Amino acid sequence: MIEIQNISKSFDGKQVLFEISGIFEKGKCNLIIGTSGTGKSVLLKCMVALLPPDVGNVLYDNRDFTHGDKQLQTDVRREIGMLFQGGALFDSKSVEENVMFPLDILTEMPSDEKLDRVNFCLERVGLENINKKMPSEISGGMKKRVGIARAMVNNPNYLFCDEPNSGLDPQTAIRIDSLIKEITDEYKITTVVVTHDMNSVLEIGDHILYIFEGRKLWEGDNKHIMESGVKELDDFVFANRMMRMVKDRSA
Amino acid sequence: MRSLGKYLIFIYNLFVRRETFRTYVKLSFDEAIKVGYDSLFIVLIVSVFLGAVTTIQTAYNLISPLIPDPVISLVVRDMTILELSPTIIAIVYAGKVGSNIAGELGTMRITEQIDALEVMGINAISYLVLPKIIASVLMFPLLVILSGFCAIYSGFLTSLVTGVISGEDYLTGIQLDFNEFGVVFAMIKALVYGYLVATISAYKGFYTSGGALEVGQSSTNAVTSSCIAILVADYSLAYMLAPFLTPS
Repeated sequence: MIEIQNISKSFDGKQVLFEISGIFEKGKCNLIIGTSGTGKSVLLKCMVALLPPDVGNVLYDNRDFTHGDKQLQTDVRREIGMLFQGGALFDSKSVEENVMFPLDILTEMPSDEKLDRVNFCLERVGLENINKKMPSEISGGMKKRVGIARAMVNNPNYLFCDEPNSGLDPQTAIRIDSLIKEITDEYKITTVVVTHDMNSVLEIGDHILYIFEGRKLWEGDNKHIMESGVKELDDFVFANRMMRMVKDRSA
Repeated sequence: MRSLGKYLIFIYNLFVRRETFRTYVKLSFDEAIKVGYDSLFIVLIVSVFLGAVTTIQTAYNLISPLIPDPVISLVVRDMTILELSPTIIAIVYAGKVGSNIAGELGTMRITEQIDALEVMGINAISYLVLPKIIASVLMFPLLVILSGFCAIYSGFLTSLVTGVISGEDYLTGIQLDFNEFGVVFAMIKALVYGYLVATISAYKGFYTSGGALEVGQSSTNAVTSSCIAILVADYSLAYMLAPFLTPS
């Protein structure tokens, strides 16, 4: 479980997050949603300490990550897997080396065990026989899946995904969403996904936190998002024509 | 002052939360190939021409019945060892290796590869930059030794081809009044320049923000700042160490 308490953040005097609190439970896909530039990625970066929050705490299973000592922060970080928007694969390493990287650095596992684990993770994300390819030789969707394999290779307790299906075609996006959901259910990890994709919201949103202009405006799940009664959230949810048609039909 | 403070914190962070010794050995070896072996061609080309041009120009500037011919190669030798090989090659090295380091780290920054390392609990500064510094400090002195040898040998070949000085006089001159401290001086310069180019370029690249345009700017800044640092260090070292070159 991850708990955020009153997170505020500003850049050069401009406040972008205003006292955001919330609880992200284990075994659930927790979504942080909102329009572009609303502070979702900043919140995610505060949660993994890539950015220090001005005010507030982030607790990982009651461990104060924000104000803990360096050792605690390192320990917690080694339980984190993260999928970045562009995959963030290391250009100079092959797919296999990318996925094996956390094991090389963080464990003393023998080479053959590491290779087995890498092959298992690549198989799990539906990528076989591309071990020796370089990141520049694979598609955007494959990069995301390699990113997921790398994030899960070290059996993380917490999985963070920053816009996992941005720039992908709808079919691949659904595949990535399903994969994140399956991994969350299978390994009972705490997953936090930042997205503005409504398909993801409806498909995997076990718990949703809606942010508007740096403030939390709504919290709930995908079953209740359509009847939130919050104008800003309605504008976001029913922004596209298809969603408006769904709403009109159900009315 | 703010940049200097940030640079010093950057240097401090190289040595905290380090990875295993074995990790650094492998990474430093890979970097040594990149900064050393891959720079051989440009260093050799520049050194050969430095030696050749210095020999011809010195010869034409010292045409006098009062100056014996071996003095020409003595001047070539001292200029090469004390200034041309360490300093000019350092400027070339900053252009090649410095821009490469800044570009590589800048690209890693904007594509979130550095963030990926940090999220894994790895000290990205130490993991990415320390091997580059170790490689640079070890390899640049070797490049300087090679450059000095090539420049002096190239001067010898030039003297044979052009006849501005006889081969015998050239060989006599390069052995005349040789002060071994000159080589020590060159090595001290090489160590300092190798360190400056690697740290400044890495610093500029590591703190890149924005996109492709900013990566290009970081590379340019890395080369500019490294060159300025090299020239300032050259002056400071000359001021401090030149007295030791004077025969007692």
